[in-house]
Amino acid sequence: MTQMFSIENVSVAYGKVEAVRNVSLSVEQGQIVTVIGPNGAGKTTLLMAAIGLLKSTGRMIFQGTDLAKIDVEGRVERGLCLVPEKRELFADMSVADNLLLGTYSLRDRSMTRKSLDDVFDRFPRLKERAKQAAGTLSGGERQMLALGRALMAKPKLLVLDEPSLGLAPLIVREIFRTIASLRSLGVSVLLVEQNARAALETADYGYVLETGEIIQSGPAETLIHDPKLIAAYLGGH
Amino acid sequence: MTADIAAILAIDGIATGAVYALVAIGTVLIFTVTRVIFIPFGDIAAFTALTLAALDAKQLPGTVGLVVVLACMACLMEVVSLARAGELRAVPKAILGYLVLPLIVVGIVWLTMRFNPPMPVRIVLALLLIMPISPLLDRIVFRPIADASVLLLLTVSVALHFALVGLGLLFFGPEGVRTEPLTSMALEIAGVHVSGQTILILTAALVFSGLLLLFFDFTLLGKALRATAFNRTGARLMGIRPARAGTIAYLLGSLMAGVSGILIAPVNTIFYDSGFLLGLKAFVGAIVGGMTSYPGAALGAFGVGILESFASFQSSTLKDVIVFSLLIPILLWRSLASHHSEEEVEE
Repeated sequence: MTQMFSIENVSVAYGKVEAVRNVSLSVEQGQIVTVIGPNGAGKTTLLMAAIGLLKSTGRMIFQGTDLAKIDVEGRVERGLCLVPEKRELFADMSVADNLLLGTYSLRDRSMTRKSLDDVFDRFPRLKERAKQAAGTLSGGERQMLALGRALMAKPKLLVLDEPSLGLAPLIVREIFRTIASLRSLGVSVLLVEQNARAALETADYGYVLETGEIIQSGPAETLIHDPKLIAAYLGGH
Repeated sequence: MTADIAAILAIDGIATGAVYALVAIGTVLIFTVTRVIFIPFGDIAAFTALTLAALDAKQLPGTVGLVVVLACMACLMEVVSLARAGELRAVPKAILGYLVLPLIVVGIVWLTMRFNPPMPVRIVLALLLIMPISPLLDRIVFRPIADASVLLLLTVSVALHFALVGLGLLFFGPEGVRTEPLTSMALEIAGVHVSGQTILILTAALVFSGLLLLFFDFTLLGKALRATAFNRTGARLMGIRPARAGTIAYLLGSLMAGVSGILIAPVNTIFYDSGFLLGLKAFVGAIVGGMTSYPGAALGAFGVGILESFASFQSSTLKDVIVFSLLIPILLWRSLASHHSEEEVEE
């Protein structure tokens, strides 16, 4: 397996407060990797640094390229796409326009029509609402739109921040099913979640982040049966 | 006041309003994409008129010097900041964009002038020459403080206006100009005399705002501009560079201001400092639309034009006072009608 993305000894600080300390992790080609941990552990901070919206120290390598001098837009052009916790949709614009904007970073847009059909096949609800403003969608539909918009960019690594946040259980299941199906597209996924059980059931490999540091890591299969983790995050069973 | 006079004043007001509308739409475009309230916009309009007048008189317009100076400054700043960031590979592209491209425009104007081009070509040349100015000013003045608050950007924008007026005096001289009429045609509509110029102004305003609408609705670049205006972070995550979007907004806005400058040049005498009032009145129009709505800004601009027309009939000395007093009730109404919380304003 070839390495898609690796983070080596990355720290992120807000002023003097270090929110993420010496974190190292890696995502292999075609793998789904999850970072789980409680609220305030620094998960979102880590992702913001990975996409370049926050300054960080340490090294980040994406497909053999050092990301230090590459800005957010450059990372997106290289196929590193973030679906942020806040979704960051264009609320006043139509669903279709939101999706089309996903292709902005592509050099070759000849496949736009097909990508759009693929997203509509994946999320038929978006097709029904194609002409509606994104701001009028429900929470689940918004998450679908954010995912679909990121997929329009033909990402090589999709970084997802809390995709299940604030969604009804049924929709959460649908979203995770979609994430699992990305494997067949050859898209690698870095998934940050509070919903540890769903995340570990979907992922190949997992990291546990607590107060800014990685305290445990291993194959998702192993982590999901770890008694300590079950007690802390997986709520018994 | 009789009905006849009222009709004449209304038509006059609509024509003035259409000119303000073009500038107001440009102001809104630039504000929503870059958060800069671009006060020097009226100056851009005035400079276009002065450029066209110089071209009419077969002189090399002062704009040429202005563009060359600004292009050199912008290019130098870009190269220095790239060198500091250690990104020397991007230098040739920066030189191409900030120096070569504006110089090509200047070259085209300089070459074409020798063939005594007809009026429509001269208008295109004037517009071409004026369009690089605001993107270059953006690079020189606003890019280094792109993350500053709206208030600071506005303060700098006002200062920039005064600097530009000075540059205008330097490059264009103190003489006022009035360009050849674009048309001598006139119409009689329901017994009221309507000049061809009025019709031309209205048509131009409609055509250019229509084109802008089409650009926003049907091109990916137009959508990217709207996306940047709505949600900067979201746009960046799509790979849309706010600086690039800003440059395009400035180019398009300059085109709108330039067109308005060409439309008023045959009816008003334009001096190097005539742009301020034009820009300010368009700004009042844009405020009616809350600085974010294009139809609102256009409507506001027409309102300002009509009010000004009637005000100047009642008391020509007080017309500007009347127009700007309009701001007070509008601002009161807008602040009472809006429900923005503090946090939203901060964004």
